[in-house]
Amino acid sequence: MDGMLFRLFVYLCAAVIAVPIAKRLGLGSVLGYLIAGIVIGPLLGLVGSETSEIQHFAELGVVMMLFLIGLELDPSTLWAMRTRLLGMGGLQVALSAALIALAALALGTDWRLALAVGLIFSLSSTAIVMQTLTEKGLSGTQGGRSSFSVLLFQDIALVPLLALLPLLASPELLLIDADALVHAPQAAGSETLAHAAEMSLVAGLPGWAHGLVVLGAIASVLLGGHFLSRPLLRFVAESRLREIFTAAVLLLVVAIALLMTLVDLSPALGTFIAGVILANSEFRHELESDIEPFKGLLLGLFFITVGAGIDFEILFGDFATVLGLTIGVILLKGCVLFGLARLFRLKTMDRWLFTLGLAQAGEFGFVLLNFSMSNSVIAMEDAKLLSLVVALSMLLTPALFVIYDRLILPHKSRAEPADADEIDEQGPVIIAGIGRFGQIVNRLLIASGIRTVVLDHEASQIETQHRFGIKSFFGDATRPDLLRAAGIEEAQLLIVAIDDRDRAVQLVEYVKRRYPSVKVLARAFDVNHLYLLRKAGADVALREVFDASLRLSAEALKQLGMHAFKVEKMARAFRRHDEAGLDQLYELWDEHPDVAKNRALLARAREHRETLAVLMETDRLQLHDRTERGWTPPPKGAQASSK
Amino acid sequence: MTLEPHRTDTEDQHPSARPILVLYAHPSPDRSEVNRHLAEAATSIPGVNLVDLYGEYPDYGIDVDREQARLLAHEVIVFLHPLYWYSTPAILKEWQDLVLEHGFAYGTEGTALHGKVFFSALTAGGPELAYRAEGFHHFSIRELLNPLEQSAHLCGMVYLPPFALFSARTAVEEGRLDAHILEWVDLLKALRDDRLDISRAQQLPKLNGELSALIRQE
Repeated sequence: MDGMLFRLFVYLCAAVIAVPIAKRLGLGSVLGYLIAGIVIGPLLGLVGSETSEIQHFAELGVVMMLFLIGLELDPSTLWAMRTRLLGMGGLQVALSAALIALAALALGTDWRLALAVGLIFSLSSTAIVMQTLTEKGLSGTQGGRSSFSVLLFQDIALVPLLALLPLLASPELLLIDADALVHAPQAAGSETLAHAAEMSLVAGLPGWAHGLVVLGAIASVLLGGHFLSRPLLRFVAESRLREIFTAAVLLLVVAIALLMTLVDLSPALGTFIAGVILANSEFRHELESDIEPFKGLLLGLFFITVGAGIDFEILFGDFATVLGLTIGVILLKGCVLFGLARLFRLKTMDRWLFTLGLAQAGEFGFVLLNFSMSNSVIAMEDAKLLSLVVALSMLLTPALFVIYDRLILPHKSRAEPADADEIDEQGPVIIAGIGRFGQIVNRLLIASGIRTVVLDHEASQIETQHRFGIKSFFGDATRPDLLRAAGIEEAQLLIVAIDDRDRAVQLVEYVKRRYPSVKVLARAFDVNHLYLLRKAGADVALREVFDASLRLSAEALKQLGMHAFKVEKMARAFRRHDEAGLDQLYELWDEHPDVAKNRALLARAREHRETLAVLMETDRLQLHDRTERGWTPPPKGAQASSK
Repeated sequence: MTLEPHRTDTEDQHPSARPILVLYAHPSPDRSEVNRHLAEAATSIPGVNLVDLYGEYPDYGIDVDREQARLLAHEVIVFLHPLYWYSTPAILKEWQDLVLEHGFAYGTEGTALHGKVFFSALTAGGPELAYRAEGFHHFSIRELLNPLEQSAHLCGMVYLPPFALFSARTAVEEGRLDAHILEWVDLLKALRDDRLDISRAQQLPKLNGELSALIRQE
């Protein structure tokens, strides 16, 4: 227990110190974590052999990240990017692998090893690149989207790579290792993928059965994600226990990851698929905001372990080789990437982002190197050296992003004026609460072609909306993280139509304080609520029953035989009188919001009521006259006397 | 008894000789090709205040007191609108019906508008040649606006002929818009600074065309 607490303390302490400093220096959080890892690992020796174990655990962060990425991409978006995904991603992997393999051949390695190394180093680091792109707000740019396509292809390519690498086993190593590996070569290989490997479902199965099991696993993710997860989440949501919902979401991710490792697939790929399937579900934003903190922490932990795992002995023993290889890899990959960027006509800025961002080797490199080692593809000392190259190239990535920030970006304004294609679509309108009130608001907005994001904490309400084909999401709109996931940062308007009057006021107050540029329109229950909302900063607040009551009273007057246009004018005059009184009373209310004790307010309210009564009872014509102005003919004979 | 909240108009108080009020009426400004640009150009001139009537009174519930106060605060009143059925769009008629009250705008005591300049800036779909006795529309544009002219006279105002753009539907395509806007801005500035020869302008069939001859340059 003490040991665990101490290690937890060391990791957290390193992160808390290093990351904010790195951010302040403009290096990005990823480099901060890596440095934190180096400090507590090789430098101070506070953490040791358990790092690689923790790293396996921390890989869950990568898995969660892919899940979150999947959530952002519904199937149609994914389909729309197929050219970039297959073309760019496929070419990047093939060309990088070929070029690196050729370079390795030139250095005198065996062709099998050269090809294996080429394939391993063709992959880039999804974790670092996506994290950095999101942090810098570049993931929506053309370069960011292209990078993502390539990374996604690489994640998918991991599956055939794992099948291909054992075929490249070196005959010599096989001979040497034959004794050691004679028992369970497959299991030994899978161990690097996850702890569950010893429970592999496919170990020792013939090829066709292996294939069937893998297909079955993917099918179960697809079907389960589509048919089972939503009823399950809805069931959990009904319990109204937030932590249980979070637990259910974690369970979902862990279960898929486990299933994938059981069949030797990339767990990241599995959760990515699940994410894509759930991208259209009402739980999307809730899932995002629940997983986000876990992903952030685990990913941070993952980067720390990469830093901590750097073997300084080998590094300094063979510094020139490691550095030379690293720079060589980055240069070769950079050339391929730059060529592809030209081929696919990326603009200058995006081309550099794409080139500099993806030039490193990735975390899957560690996985594949371990896997190759246990499959007799590569010798142990070579694998260690190459692991170091992978780590160093990842360590250099934030530096490459710094180059992009400092050297490339400043030229932007001169090189490229405006980028018409990249204008982001208008921010959404967020509607909190889709009860009877919110529904009508939403319908008119949608009919007018406005993009809305609807949030409600009643799972049944959301379900009803879905039946009518209205896109809405489950979640408590008063939660800051959920608001963020729904896009409050870019939103133009927030419409508050939730049933809880106190929380409605809190929500208005929070949003106006935190995001002053977002206009807030709120539904009020009564005058006092209206004043509270107005005081909280609502740009517009309307009483929910006022308009309907006014219309009904107008109908009553019509039924009594009054001419419809006269009724209209009466209702208008009444509305103006009422709204004017509301404004006047607000000033008094504002000084002393406790209505029961606010004498001035009560007095004024009475006065206001009386003016209306006077108007309507004793001097009824006055009101009529005011509404009749202009349609009232001049006094008889007046026409003759003018001009 | 006034029950209205006191509204303070935050309108431009340019110390000009003749502050100008442009009453802009276009029911679908997002589809406007000419009027919208004239309105924008007008708002950028100091001493000119523009009121988007459809924007301010989407339910035609015109605030008579506010509109009368506006009239009192300006010396030149302009209607800016497309020509609908040889007249203004409906809200400008509503505005006339409501705001030009007896005792305010006309009648023995209705002298509030005496001496103020009035004209209409309009766009017409038909070509200028169609607006004459032998043409498709049988009357000149000035004749068709006789009701406005007589209303102005009844209110004791100085009436100027319309500032009219004909064949307005093809003005953008034929590149006539920019020149028209420039002329509009010149006219408003000249009126504001009292540099327009009013009595000669009153004789014209329309204001634009020979405008530069009537404007005294600074």
